[in-house]
Amino acid sequence: MLKRSFLLKLLSGVIIFGAWEIAGRIPVSYAFPTFIDSMIALFRLALDGTLFTAYAETLEPLIVGVAISTVLGIGLGLWIGLSKFFDWLVSPIFIVMQSAPLAALIPLLVMAYGIGLTSKVFVVCIMAMPVIVLNTAGAVRHTPESIMEMCRSFLGSRTDMLLKIIIPAASPLIFAGLRLGVSAGFIGAILAELKITPTGVGDIITFSRSIADYPTMYAAIFSIIALAVLFLNLLEMAEKLLFKGNDLGYVSD
Amino acid sequence: MAMSQTKRVLTPVENTPTEIAVSARNITKNYGAVEALKDLTLEFPRGQLTSLLGPSGCGKTTLLKIIAGLLKTTSGEVEVNGKAVTGPGPNRAFVFQDFALLPWATVLRNVAFGLELRGVARSEREARAEKYIKDVGLAGFEQSYPHELSGGMRQRVGLARALSVDAQVLLMDEPFSAVDEQTRRKFQEDLLSLVQNENKTFIFVTHSIEEAVYVSDQIAILLPRPSRVSEVIRPSGFRNKGIDNIRRDPEYLDIVDNIWASLRSYVE
Ligand SMILES: Nc1ncnc2c1ncn2[C@@H]1O[C@H](COP(=O)(O)OP(=O)(O)O)[C@@H](O)[C@H]1O
Ligand SMILES: [Mg+2]
Repeated sequence: MLKRSFLLKLLSGVIIFGAWEIAGRIPVSYAFPTFIDSMIALFRLALDGTLFTAYAETLEPLIVGVAISTVLGIGLGLWIGLSKFFDWLVSPIFIVMQSAPLAALIPLLVMAYGIGLTSKVFVVCIMAMPVIVLNTAGAVRHTPESIMEMCRSFLGSRTDMLLKIIIPAASPLIFAGLRLGVSAGFIGAILAELKITPTGVGDIITFSRSIADYPTMYAAIFSIIALAVLFLNLLEMAEKLLFKGNDLGYVSD
Repeated sequence: MAMSQTKRVLTPVENTPTEIAVSARNITKNYGAVEALKDLTLEFPRGQLTSLLGPSGCGKTTLLKIIAGLLKTTSGEVEVNGKAVTGPGPNRAFVFQDFALLPWATVLRNVAFGLELRGVARSEREARAEKYIKDVGLAGFEQSYPHELSGGMRQRVGLARALSVDAQVLLMDEPFSAVDEQTRRKFQEDLLSLVQNENKTFIFVTHSIEEAVYVSDQIAILLPRPSRVSEVIRPSGFRNKGIDNIRRDPEYLDIVDNIWASLRSYVE
């Protein structure tokens, strides 16, 4: 089972990178390097250490933002899902946040919080939090009625209900929200570096584009996507470990 | 005269078979404009199995959940052992129609879940759960997950969970409706011996006439619009003739026929 899904992932990788290589060789555009050139550039970035100093800078707002979004997002989501009043009060904020054009908000953030870490963390949070909050709230609202009734009839307290029924039942959807939120957080982190001040990976992208070093630019973009994929896989593994039986669906269906 | 008076004084003290464990008095339950139950009164003798029988939508589940304390009445009240019900309590345990198992928990944890919620220590609750898992015939499946079990086995898990909290009253909402016919018959036989061996009061919801007559000491027939108890039947003749003979017994067949005669006009 595991072997097969790994093989499939490998296969889709080969197809995508193959297509990239071919498109680079045609070439589709003067500004589109081949896969191999990009990988060589990536290797160079890694060798001279630029890549790692860049990531040290990029990861800071990303990790802080994703951590805040996760904790606050799940907390708020639980609260929204449990309380109709709080739902009415707070949900609209996140629905607006989700559909707001972030690029237009960045100047406002910079005005309020300057060009430092705070603004970048905000950008990551604006990107990551809404989907985490809304997914969590939706999952809580859709906890199967019958197992909640079971908990009450066997004298479960409100805390039991939350910790032993609602959260485990909601966890697949919470994790799905987390995955989407983390991906959005990655986009936010890079966006912040491109739009606020060019630092970290955003700096590599901006700078290499300005001197027409396209392989390096694509290497940086590739590396951030690879990191995101790696992170999402780790998240999935954490979920599998934490909630073993949960991907198995509801027995009463 | 004197004799019968003495008897009457003694009755509540002695554990006579007709002692009432649960009584529902003048229960009315409305869901908004829907009158689910109207002025329903019914008593459930201790140590016996009472069936609630009626077409779907006549309020059987509603009545059972009111007795469980999961639903509030609009008016009227339920007493268990003479005390008014205000919510779920340790003297009642519920077996759900859709099993209501935790999909992320093993059979062992599911069965022990009622004890877990009561704060029983892990080693003790697992020991008790293991005993009931064996009793319902699921030994060896302790570490399985519900999705790995058949419908019949899942309901055995639900039954073991209800038995393990050792409540005096067992509330069963169409527990066998989601299992196949053969399993169902086996369940019915097991239920009969359960009623005999455990000194518990069973309240059993079903929409199957044969099932009700087969397993019950007392059958309350509920009719819809407005929902009320139309008839209480106490089959008595065939109960101790042995489980293999019940379905051939003339009294059994007569009762099944009579119930069908009174219900058929409500079935479109
Ligand atoms: N939560 C609810 N809200 C509104 N109406 C309900 C609800 N639950 C049950 N009812 C109605 O009450 C009536 C009795 O339902 P129920 O007790 O489930 O019947 P039964 O178990 O006998 O099939 C039905 O007409 C049903 O539609
Ligand atoms: Mg029902």
